[in-house]
Amino acid sequence: MFRTIGIRNLFLAPFCIWAGIFIFVPLLFMFYYGLTTPAGNFTFENILMIFQTEFFYSLKMSVLLAFISTAVCLLLAYPLCLILVDRAKSAGAIITLLFILPLWMNSLLSTMAWQTILERDGTLNQILRLLSLPDFTLINTATAIVIGMVYNYLPYMVLPLYVALTKIDKSIIEAAKDLGANTWQTFYKIILPLSLPGAVSGITMVFIPALTTFAISALLGGGRILLIGNVIEQEFTFEYNWNLGAALSIVLMIFIVVNMALTVFFENSHEEEKN
Amino acid sequence: MISRLKTIYLAIIFLFLYAPIGVLIAQSFNESRYRGHWTGFSLKWYESLFQQDKIIDALQNTISIGILSAIISTILALITCLALREIGKNFRAMFMSVANIPILNADIVTGISLMLLFMGMGLKLGYGSILLAHIVFNVPYVMLCIMPQLMALDKSFYEAALDLGASPFKAFTSVVLPELRPSIVAGFLLAFTMSADDFIITYFTRGAGVHTLPTEIYAELKLGIHPEMYALSTLVFITVLIFVILFAMNRKKLLNQKEENF
Repeated sequence: MFRTIGIRNLFLAPFCIWAGIFIFVPLLFMFYYGLTTPAGNFTFENILMIFQTEFFYSLKMSVLLAFISTAVCLLLAYPLCLILVDRAKSAGAIITLLFILPLWMNSLLSTMAWQTILERDGTLNQILRLLSLPDFTLINTATAIVIGMVYNYLPYMVLPLYVALTKIDKSIIEAAKDLGANTWQTFYKIILPLSLPGAVSGITMVFIPALTTFAISALLGGGRILLIGNVIEQEFTFEYNWNLGAALSIVLMIFIVVNMALTVFFENSHEEEKN
Repeated sequence: MISRLKTIYLAIIFLFLYAPIGVLIAQSFNESRYRGHWTGFSLKWYESLFQQDKIIDALQNTISIGILSAIISTILALITCLALREIGKNFRAMFMSVANIPILNADIVTGISLMLLFMGMGLKLGYGSILLAHIVFNVPYVMLCIMPQLMALDKSFYEAALDLGASPFKAFTSVVLPELRPSIVAGFLLAFTMSADDFIITYFTRGAGVHTLPTEIYAELKLGIHPEMYALSTLVFITVLIFVILFAMNRKKLLNQKEENF
């Protein structure tokens, strides 16, 4: 579309400059801060701080809660998407829109609304009392944080999974049924493997934000449960130890890179299988 | 039996998704300023909404940063995509992976690294730094929207226009641009949405005194949210809901028209 390669490169230049300044240099800054003392001397000490009891506990807790939330999202999303795809022809489009609509409410506000629902005299307990059922208080527990994570990130699981499921050729499923497969076999042998790429991108899209959040845990954990995101946020806004904060962010990046590598590896092996 | 189970399942998820929204809308009509204590129906938070300077300031910042960052990132993404179309497959894949770093990385890492960059460059944190940061994460979203449609575009129309004597610019604006319009509009809207909803990156790249709605909400959380914020969120939600309903109705109409034509 360009007369010469020179003109093409002229179009590419702004992005190259942009990516250099705003993608690579910031990461260099991060590594610089993470690997130096406040005086500017090279050190690994900041990174090794992650093995300190309280930091390591936060990291463990973050991985655990992110893992549980991802699993819950996956378990909720599969039946949901199967039902939505099934209804796609009739009212499906509108129902699907209704499931995306909550994204338009500010997520901090709706997370705070969960505080109102789950607290000791909250909406949930008031309803339970009306029905003469025993109270249960979930606020400031790990369960409340998981509820908040599932609420916030479920759409990120639903969307890729829904797209993957709509792409499956209906005749394959009918063929499986004609050949005598029951519902479970059809799901396990046909639908699951064919929708796996959607599920994998959904898992990444839920796991990474859940692992690194600090707002959800601050709102629903009541400051009792510090996730690794809260620790990093405090180092920057409260303790003013940027070197430590940057070092802990580098540790987080290791998780992200591993997660992405697994995704790419999975996608490649899936492509090869297809070929 | 099974179809009833399916409906019940949909209803439960539906309840889960809309329960907090119901609570927020109820709070916007609550007489009391304390959440969770219903003292009676009132519209006073809607009346005082426009006197809350902090909220209106944050709203203005959110909208103007959203629009500006969406425009700039759409232009940058379009120029880059045009060049990437004409480049080797491997190079293109490499460029796309670099472009995607800001959205694949965790928001907290992107936010902190940009903050360190701005501080290192001696840039004063404020409106400008938020705007730059939003362009950073918006460019890949717009590229993801434009690239597939641009790759599918048939180059021969553009070349035909050139052969017929159009200048490259004229050929581009009258042949390529109209073809790309749906994906450019989609990219722009996605960028605006992402910008308006972003909390974490804004939180780290904003300066003292400058707020967007999400950071204003987070700042208020500790002292208690101004109930006007619920009123504003309800208004935004209802507006989007109306648009969705209009879209759904028009879609049916459009589909019917299409069927009539065939």
